[in-house]
Amino acid sequence: MHELSIAQSIVEIVLQHLPKEETVSVKTVRLRLGTMAGVVSDSLEFCFGAITAGTPLEGARLEIEHVPLKAHCSDCGRDTDIEPTLFMCPSCGGTSLTVLSGREMQVRDIEVGENEEVG
Amino acid sequence: MSVITIERKVLEKNDELARQNRSLLAQKGIFAINVVSSPGAGKTSLLERTLEHLAGRLAVAVIEGDVQTDFDAQRVAKYNVPAVQIVTAGGCHLEANLVHDALGKIDLSHIRLLIIENVGNLVCPSNYDLGEAMKVVVASTTEGDDKPLKYPGMFRNSSVLIINKIDLLPYVNCRIETLRANALRINPSLTVFDTSCTTGAGIPAWCDWLLARTTPGAT
Repeated sequence: MHELSIAQSIVEIVLQHLPKEETVSVKTVRLRLGTMAGVVSDSLEFCFGAITAGTPLEGARLEIEHVPLKAHCSDCGRDTDIEPTLFMCPSCGGTSLTVLSGREMQVRDIEVGENEEVG
Repeated sequence: MSVITIERKVLEKNDELARQNRSLLAQKGIFAINVVSSPGAGKTSLLERTLEHLAGRLAVAVIEGDVQTDFDAQRVAKYNVPAVQIVTAGGCHLEANLVHDALGKIDLSHIRLLIIENVGNLVCPSNYDLGEAMKVVVASTTEGDDKPLKYPGMFRNSSVLIINKIDLLPYVNCRIETLRANALRINPSLTVFDTSCTTGAGIPAWCDWLLARTTPGAT
């Protein structure tokens, strides 16, 4: 359950980027998440929802862009998507792979709106 | 509605502290390993055998991570090495700031090897750089031979694999060749040791490897 500490880090980063002088609320947080980042999206969304209550991020949607595991095969020279449980080049069966992407865990951007007056 | 571009790594704060730990350890000439495994694979037993074997030959310090209790630190205490226990109180992994604080409690001046025993978990610790030179993953024969395929992230990020509890091979449903092949498929550059903390098999080879990686110094 490290998703809670990851959610906390996301909130900390987002709060640092909010304009100080205005009252804004965050509508969407876009996240880039590698398939091999070891993060369970559902669990992360749950934790994010729980810890944003009472903050400018309350009710914000967490939009997750999943980044496939991609590697360069030094046997055949191709860059291809690979299965995390196989770690084998799908073209030539080579195992000398350099991971190019798939471990990302990055806050891309946020969508903010004016705070709506209640009532 | 407006969009604010952020483009920052979620774990940048951890990574920065890990960098600080790494540079402190490098400056002191300390080789640090981050030992990871599922619960019960034998990290603490391996640590005990390692300390026993290296006694008088290498100055070792230990950082123990556990969710609750200081049982492991008590086990290590009898080997007379500086040891700090981190109780994460529910946290499933160690983070760089915890290790940073623990390092502040150890006199590092003569230490050559730092062993960080992470919380038993094959998922979460793989994301958190602590500032170690390398991760050492322990897989025991009682867990079966498919663990590397189920937890590729951890096996991919480790440099050493210790296959522990080899004395139990005749009694468990695990083929050591399959376990090794699965791990090497995920990460062909793994250095593999087969050990039994009960019989002591493989411990000398593992300790020789550690000795070869540390700079000579006072014990």
